Amino acid sequence: MTDHTSQAELVRRSLKGRYRKERRFRAYGIVAIAIALTALVTLFTDIIGKGYTGFLKTTITLEVTMDPDLMYLDDPTDPKQVRMADFVAPLVAAVDRALPSATEDDQDALRRLINPYASSELRDALIENPEWMGTTRTMSFLAHSNVDVYVKHKGDAAYSIKLTDQQQAWVDDLRARELVETSFNDVFFTSGDSRDPAKAGVLGAIVGSLLTMIITLVLAFPIGVAAAIYLEEFAPRNKLTDFIEVNINNLAAVPSIIFGLLGLAIFINLFGMPRSVPMVGGLVLTLMTLPTIIISSRAAIKSVPPSVREAAEGIGASKMQVVLHHVLPLALPGMLTGSIIGMAQALGETAPLLLIGMVAFIVEIPEGFFDAATVLPVQVFLWAGSPELAFIERASAAIMVLLAFLMTMNALAIWLRKRLERRW
Amino acid sequence: MQPLNLLLLTMLLAAVAYVLGYARSRTLAMPLGGVRHLKSLPGYYGVRAAIWCGVPALVILGLWAAFEGKMIQSIVVGTLPDTMIPDTAGEASLLMSKIGNVANGSLPPDFVEEPVAKAAELLQALQVQSKIYMTGLVLAVALLAGFLGWVRIRPLLNAREQVEAVLRWFFFACAGVAVLTTVGIVFSVVFETIRFFEQVPFFEFFFGTSWSPQLALRTDQVGSEGAFGMIPLFTGTLLISFIAMLIAAPVGLLSAIYLSEYANKSVRSIVKPLLEMLAGIPTVVYGFFAALTVAPFISDLASAIGVEASSQSALAAGLVMGIMIIPFVSSLSDDVINAVPQTLRDGSLALGATQSETMKKVIFPAALPGIMGGLLLAVSRAIGETMIVVMAAGLAANLTANPLETVTTVTVQIVTLLVGDQEFDSAKTLAAFALGAMLFISTLLLNVIALKIVRKYREQYD
Repeated sequence: MTDHTSQAELVRRSLKGRYRKERRFRAYGIVAIAIALTALVTLFTDIIGKGYTGFLKTTITLEVTMDPDLMYLDDPTDPKQVRMADFVAPLVAAVDRALPSATEDDQDALRRLINPYASSELRDALIENPEWMGTTRTMSFLAHSNVDVYVKHKGDAAYSIKLTDQQQAWVDDLRARELVETSFNDVFFTSGDSRDPAKAGVLGAIVGSLLTMIITLVLAFPIGVAAAIYLEEFAPRNKLTDFIEVNINNLAAVPSIIFGLLGLAIFINLFGMPRSVPMVGGLVLTLMTLPTIIISSRAAIKSVPPSVREAAEGIGASKMQVVLHHVLPLALPGMLTGSIIGMAQALGETAPLLLIGMVAFIVEIPEGFFDAATVLPVQVFLWAGSPELAFIERASAAIMVLLAFLMTMNALAIWLRKRLERRW
Repeated sequence: MQPLNLLLLTMLLAAVAYVLGYARSRTLAMPLGGVRHLKSLPGYYGVRAAIWCGVPALVILGLWAAFEGKMIQSIVVGTLPDTMIPDTAGEASLLMSKIGNVANGSLPPDFVEEPVAKAAELLQALQVQSKIYMTGLVLAVALLAGFLGWVRIRPLLNAREQVEAVLRWFFFACAGVAVLTTVGIVFSVVFETIRFFEQVPFFEFFFGTSWSPQLALRTDQVGSEGAFGMIPLFTGTLLISFIAMLIAAPVGLLSAIYLSEYANKSVRSIVKPLLEMLAGIPTVVYGFFAALTVAPFISDLASAIGVEASSQSALAAGLVMGIMIIPFVSSLSDDVINAVPQTLRDGSLALGATQSETMKKVIFPAALPGIMGGLLLAVSRAIGETMIVVMAAGLAANLTANPLETVTTVTVQIVTLLVGDQEFDSAKTLAAFALGAMLFISTLLLNVIALKIVRKYREQYD
């Protein structure tokens, strides 16, 4: 019986190759994971690298003399005078004084070191403190966005420095004397969008997102939970129920942009709702997140053991009482987790909101559900499309804010699951 | 009163009705010898009264708020002289906003034609009247129905059954929202698509090889219909999706295999959430990454090796889209691989096969249908993805298979055609809806097939 030994021999001889294949296969898996993780790391480092400077603002500290003659203003409490007054001249004069090398002819170049909005800051300060007229005070103003770019990105080839050599020398001088400084960018968190990158902020977008999310949460959570209860507990096994289920599963996979078309055609064109408002955005996102919430709520209801139901029925509870008093409270943590994940999806969604007009340039912070608004991801989209790198920096910073919100929500979901979910 | 305030007030009334209903059921029960002699618990009588009070009023409020604008608009337009009745939807919306501006005072009445000023006055009056009528009607219905519901509380009334029936109907209606959404989607694309095909021949849309809706801007221009051939859009979409799947399928599948078969628990508990993080990143972030980092990198790299690449290459969009889909593929394949019964695995290992042989020759063939279903779902996701391509792919509808060139996709065109001001009758806007219909149908088909495969496969091992 030679073939017996020879087979064992054959196997032994082939072992080396087979083990090599085994190792190779295992390496493929490691490489695949490495690719995915590298992509993740690259994405994060890229965005943080591009955007951390967005959290810094450049200010310029000036000794401003509020000279009534220079400003054509005696009484800052008189609105008529204020309207006609010149608030730029004292600022330019202050920059001029701070820079000994500047001459009379440099007025324009000097003015372009200060942010165009600095004059209105001065105006508001004067209206609030009329007694400052005629005095000299040390005040900090936002620097011009070109100065901002120069200070943050000097020597970075990607950024084009729009300051003249002379202006650069001035800024270097001021920086050496600590009159031009960078500090935490509070403007970014306290203002709406602006054409001036130094003045642009995410507050309007955050409020818009918040309003939209309120609508989505208020509608999607109760409707989703109710639909899940119906399908799990009350629906008879018939064609209609099957149809509803197929519908929900398919809706979960419909591209989000289709929901935008729905919003445009139904809510805006048919019902005549206004464009660009959080109300319509919230409605569209509600329809979009409903399938996610329904599916996860059904899973949560399914995980409640039948013994709970049977015990409740055994002591005479009606079907509805079993569901409302026993199944629902036990399933609620799971439902909440699913809903938070659905809401996180909705918060990051952009495409359908573009179609219902939430991409407008909006400076004011929205105050209600029917005010024109934009949302965080759309704000990222708007800034990312700008040719100015200073806005790209803002877009990266806004992405970080958005990701921070999303991570908080996901962490909350995980915490809720760990904390409240019961193992049966 | 504003609808929102009215809503709150109605809810308040319903709460009052609850308290009153509760109290009445108790008072009725007292002479009988206590709450035990009621057919239902007192709370159910309260809820029943609240339903009577709140539901009809809220339904009226909802309907009124939904159709108020359109009704007033048609009444106002009806008073205009025949010569001013707008012909197109675009003119109509222009006229309405003019009237609206006069009515809210941002445009002085002397600036516009007399009928418009009159219409504005009427509009203002109607808006005020409508608010008054709405408030009156809603409150009257709430009070009257609430009173009826309250008066009709009897000890023998089975309030619980009634409340439960209403709740059951409410649950059913909520489940029906999903169906309504689908119906809404179908309706919103079907009508516009039909109107689109009235203007553009069917054949041209499906088989035309040139797409340039921009031409349709001027009506007196030669070739003013524009070109609406969707072939370049579809090939562009497929090219980008193909590149994406080329990345996502092997990487997703292999990482799923590694994680489920080889990785120990601690590795899995770190790597899996990290992979899932990729799925949680908003698409606009991927778009940003593709447009501002990957695309310039690719075009620099290409020019360094002497190849010409567009700065909006299909490759950049496809690569990043692939990264986005990795977690989708890996979690679906993970499910499928884990669903293969352990006995198959054990059997193969007992025969002396190595783990990779078991994987390749036993588990993978068994899991193949499920994996195919998962991949189809991923393709449908890639086809419908919008933000990455809007930001990183171009607008030029090139018919090419070269990944270094610019292509455009269906979703990019929908967004471009519909963002900003639009006239509703132009073929340009309607084309967006026709493209939306095509997108909906193709992703729906993919999903239905994929879900069927996945389900069938699951049943096989359950």
